[in-house]
Amino acid sequence: MKEQTKKRTETTHKIGIYLWIWGLLFVLSFFSYLVDWFAFQGLLRWTLILIFMFLKAGLIMAFFMHLFWERYTLVNVLLWPMTAIACFIGLMVAEAQYTVFTRFIYFVLGS
Amino acid sequence: MENSTIDKLPKGWKSVPSDLGSDQTTFKGVNWGKAMMWIFLLSDTFIFSCFLISYMKGRASTVVDWPNPSEVFALHVGGFPVPLLLIAIMTFVLITSSGTMALAVKYGYEKNRKMCGYLILATAFGGLTFVGMQAFEWTKLIHEGVRPWENPFGAKQFGSYFFMITGFHGTHVSIGVIFLFIFARKVLRGDFDTGKRGYFTTMKSDYVAIEILGLYWHFVDLVWVFIFAFFYLW
Repeated sequence: MKEQTKKRTETTHKIGIYLWIWGLLFVLSFFSYLVDWFAFQGLLRWTLILIFMFLKAGLIMAFFMHLFWERYTLVNVLLWPMTAIACFIGLMVAEAQYTVFTRFIYFVLGS
Repeated sequence: MENSTIDKLPKGWKSVPSDLGSDQTTFKGVNWGKAMMWIFLLSDTFIFSCFLISYMKGRASTVVDWPNPSEVFALHVGGFPVPLLLIAIMTFVLITSSGTMALAVKYGYEKNRKMCGYLILATAFGGLTFVGMQAFEWTKLIHEGVRPWENPFGAKQFGSYFFMITGFHGTHVSIGVIFLFIFARKVLRGDFDTGKRGYFTTMKSDYVAIEILGLYWHFVDLVWVFIFAFFYLW
């Protein structure tokens, strides 16, 4: 198997795709900076930040890190654990709300 | 494994159970070094996730107001503050270096030794610039009185999360820069063309090493995308 792996010719991609992704990343970064520049607040700010963040992360992983062309099993093994992280985030959001609730009662209002 | 053999294997969703239940190798046709780097990056993802989740929990549960990052990280240009200026420049520098790395991987696979080597060098200098600006940012905040246990702007937890998260990311960038310089030398010397054996590994290598190095570097950029969104913009 080891010797055979070496024989496999690695695929190379056209330079255009890299330059396109590169340009898109610049534009998306600029947009996320504009979110702060125009000082959007509340739900609009958080939605825009998350949209630009996930777009940038997706582009980097899919094309710069070649996951788009990678073996499907590897992609699955890498992306499914993210679901566990998402669950962890959900748990901690609930926990934080409880903590701040008790802190307000005991620290701010007094016991 | 040869391309023709891989083409005969199931594709799409069906390839997942067939790969995972197969003999010898799990990820068919994937270089073992690349698979191992991905497993390492996955574990690193967990570490950074833990940092960011603990930051989220800390920030959401403090009863004191969180410092406004837009003001804390502002730079004064001609006497008036520009929000997040340094952070924006750092972001663009890191994306630029990520782009040069992606091109280095491409030229590596085309066996273009010079272009590959010089692009890795450019990436390394981008990383150095980033670390330099981060050092400047730390110095500025430390002079303003930000410490892991207190700061003049608001909630005390701000300092500890800031130094921990950006410090850990900066460490990753610094390690990346060291390896970029090492591999720039190896590429330009022609190690991957002549099949020269590695100093530590005593194994022959080829341009797939550049893709593995690239994976690490893009990951550093990827983590910064999340830090930029959650720590600086939120």
